[in-house]
Amino acid sequence: MSQTIKIKKGYNLNLAGKADKKVVDVGQPELFAIKPTDFLGINRPKLLVSEGDNVKAGTPLFFDRQTEEVLYTSPVSGEIVEIVRGDKRKILEIRILADKDIVSESFVKYSTSDIQQLETAKAKEILLKSGCWVNIIQRPYGIVADPEEAPKSIFISGFDTHPLAPSYDVLHQGEEPYLQAGIDVLKKFTSGKVHLSLNASEEIPKIFSKVSNVEIHKFNGPHPAGNVGTQIHFIDPINKGDVVWTIQPFGLIQIGKLFLDGKYDASKIIALAGSEVANPQYYKTYIGASVKKFLQDNLKQDHVRIVTGNVLTGERIKSDGFIGYYHNMVTVLPEGDQQKFLGWLLPPVGRPSLHRVASIWSFLNGSKPYAPNTNLNGEPRAFVQSGAFEKVVPIDILPTHLIKAIMAEDYDEMEALGIYEVIEEDLALCEFMDVSKHDVQAIIRQGLDLLKNS
Amino acid sequence: MKFLQNIIHSVKPNFEEGGKLHKYYYVFEAFETLAFQPETTTGHKGAHIRDANDTKRMMSMVIFAMVPCLLFGIYNAGYQHFIATGQEADLIPMLITGTILVLPIIVVSYGVGLGIEFTFATIRRHPVNEGFLVSGMLIPLIVPTTIPLWQVALATAFGVIIAKEVFGGTGMNIFNVALTTRAFLYFAYPSQISGEVWTYLGDKTTVDGYSGATPLAVAYEASSKGTQSVTAALSETNTVLQSDFYSFYNMFMGFIPGSIGETSTLMALIGAVILIITGVGSWKIIVSVFAGALAMGLGFNAVGVNEYMLIPAHYHLVMGGLAFGAVFMATDPVTASQTELGKWIYGFLIGVLTVIIRVVNPAYPEGIMLAILFMNVFAPLIDFYIVKANKTRRLSRVTV
Repeated sequence: MSQTIKIKKGYNLNLAGKADKKVVDVGQPELFAIKPTDFLGINRPKLLVSEGDNVKAGTPLFFDRQTEEVLYTSPVSGEIVEIVRGDKRKILEIRILADKDIVSESFVKYSTSDIQQLETAKAKEILLKSGCWVNIIQRPYGIVADPEEAPKSIFISGFDTHPLAPSYDVLHQGEEPYLQAGIDVLKKFTSGKVHLSLNASEEIPKIFSKVSNVEIHKFNGPHPAGNVGTQIHFIDPINKGDVVWTIQPFGLIQIGKLFLDGKYDASKIIALAGSEVANPQYYKTYIGASVKKFLQDNLKQDHVRIVTGNVLTGERIKSDGFIGYYHNMVTVLPEGDQQKFLGWLLPPVGRPSLHRVASIWSFLNGSKPYAPNTNLNGEPRAFVQSGAFEKVVPIDILPTHLIKAIMAEDYDEMEALGIYEVIEEDLALCEFMDVSKHDVQAIIRQGLDLLKNS
Repeated sequence: MKFLQNIIHSVKPNFEEGGKLHKYYYVFEAFETLAFQPETTTGHKGAHIRDANDTKRMMSMVIFAMVPCLLFGIYNAGYQHFIATGQEADLIPMLITGTILVLPIIVVSYGVGLGIEFTFATIRRHPVNEGFLVSGMLIPLIVPTTIPLWQVALATAFGVIIAKEVFGGTGMNIFNVALTTRAFLYFAYPSQISGEVWTYLGDKTTVDGYSGATPLAVAYEASSKGTQSVTAALSETNTVLQSDFYSFYNMFMGFIPGSIGETSTLMALIGAVILIITGVGSWKIIVSVFAGALAMGLGFNAVGVNEYMLIPAHYHLVMGGLAFGAVFMATDPVTASQTELGKWIYGFLIGVLTVIIRVVNPAYPEGIMLAILFMNVFAPLIDFYIVKANKTRRLSRVTV
């Protein structure tokens, strides 16, 4: 057990609508979808199924022509009902009408001791074929891991500090053996360590209470302390040329189930949260579920924004849209498409701010959680302010300079300023607080794409 | 509210794509967003909620922080007029005289500057940035009351175009716009912006024995004669008006001749408190400018080869425009150092340079203007080394 790492810079947004710690059954949604756009780094997906085909959970749906070994598989069994395409026939969604009882493709079962004996090459083959490989995210770039490259080390964040983040105790109840099996499998792939970071200021979720074969680190502090990017920086930072893997506990559990039970199990618990949800709570479903059923009769009003993921990094979906592949929550916010008379001058009641010039009025809100809407709260302007981003970025990079280097498309400067250490989520708070209203996260991704494709 | 909203909505189509006034969309946008924060929402992916703060709120707070200096400047313009011409007057006539003197300068500064901003925004097709709202108020506060309005107009145009627009507009400029304006006046009309220009006399004449020289000019004069100490010279000046006219107290309060808004250290400090509490101005810069000036003043005390060097170090903080410059000019986030450590260095060197220019260079009685412009040039260099240190830390990890 190492020392607690204290994070001072950052901020916890106190938002309304945290999910009650109960899992509710409203029946399974009929429709599920896999969205190739959820996987960063996919360039040219090649479909393996067509409309009308029947699939099982774990049946390959498509692969990327650049890395053909990595298969992207179906979360449920059922029929492919629609392949939604966008501009230039880009594949947006592969929609599956689910069976009542989900049947999985069958894979070889291993006992705990078998897993110890298992060869890395064989494990890789099973992971790739089943679709579980997709859970492994590689840094730099935050893309699905390249099977050809061995990671320097593997990082797991054991807590989530995003606004309204779900509790890992609810998400992963009783799945300790699977988590351990997942860790044991992945440990084979690195000559380095597997790092697990836990929150020092709260009770350790039960799922991690007996975990072994990992190096445990403790972090204390506000968001983004729970971001794996922050943790990597303090544990074993990424330098140019390094490759590390990150994976969510859900991914490990899914891998564990694949090896211990011999099936592709995409079942997961998701949280429905946000100020506009009447009963914020948890639901048991599968990857890629349609949110329609969870939102039905459960919204306080109609004029809302539905976000898959959290409010800082998530993606907007329609009321019958699908949960993102890596997401474990859906957030519902009031839509903010209204003008505000002298909104820049009057006290910003009910609108959170990290700048004292606005947060000086926060006493008007008292200690109650905020229910902010999606208004931009201003107009896009030239970069003017300095020194603000630095207060919410705990890692030793200079956010403003990095962002400007990306905007200037200066490759050497981006590298030197540490772009390999970050992905979008690591600078999400900067995007939130920017008075010039830049899309900071999109800029970061643009920079990563430039370097990846250079 | 609803009424105003309806008017805006009814004229808006003219300015939008396809409307006949589309060319002027950004002019329209500037006025619309002033009245109503727009209905724009966050994008498809990323942060779906945004901070309540925006550049308008930030900039308006700077203007708010300048209000004490402005009000005192108006009062002092009238006060100096009446005291120099030897008339008794109450507060109200002083304020009226001051307002008549100051208001036209503000109108000209904003009129010319915003006119240019709107023109450039229209030609370049970008939104009007709020930056000039601050510069437009700063300019009147750093010129003498007697300045001809055409000079204000010309200098403002020079400042906005040469110091800002040629660099690409707000956020890209190297020099502080207001100070460039002031420097233009200083170098283009040297004889008209020094000497007895600080006090408006109108058709009256001064009382016998009155000198309109600023404390800095008196200090320089005394030092070059070398017959008495600067403090003695200061306290002997204008004794015909009142004893100890240039006392530390009067200089701190600002009852002295000088540029409109710069005389009162107290008012600048009130502004500083507002900027620091709201987090809009960098306290690091403000504190380090004062620290730099004090340190250099004490340094000169120790050397002490002439009378100017022997002036008590704290006098430097209340004479001339140091306080005003430290609070409102040095903190300009665009032209200052952009790194946190850099801000300490940047501010400290401004303080040091100000005092050096005052004491050592006989050509320029006031140092803060040139010190800040000079450090504007060096801010990127300071940042360069601090950024380089960050890069080096990252590179040095690789070998471990």
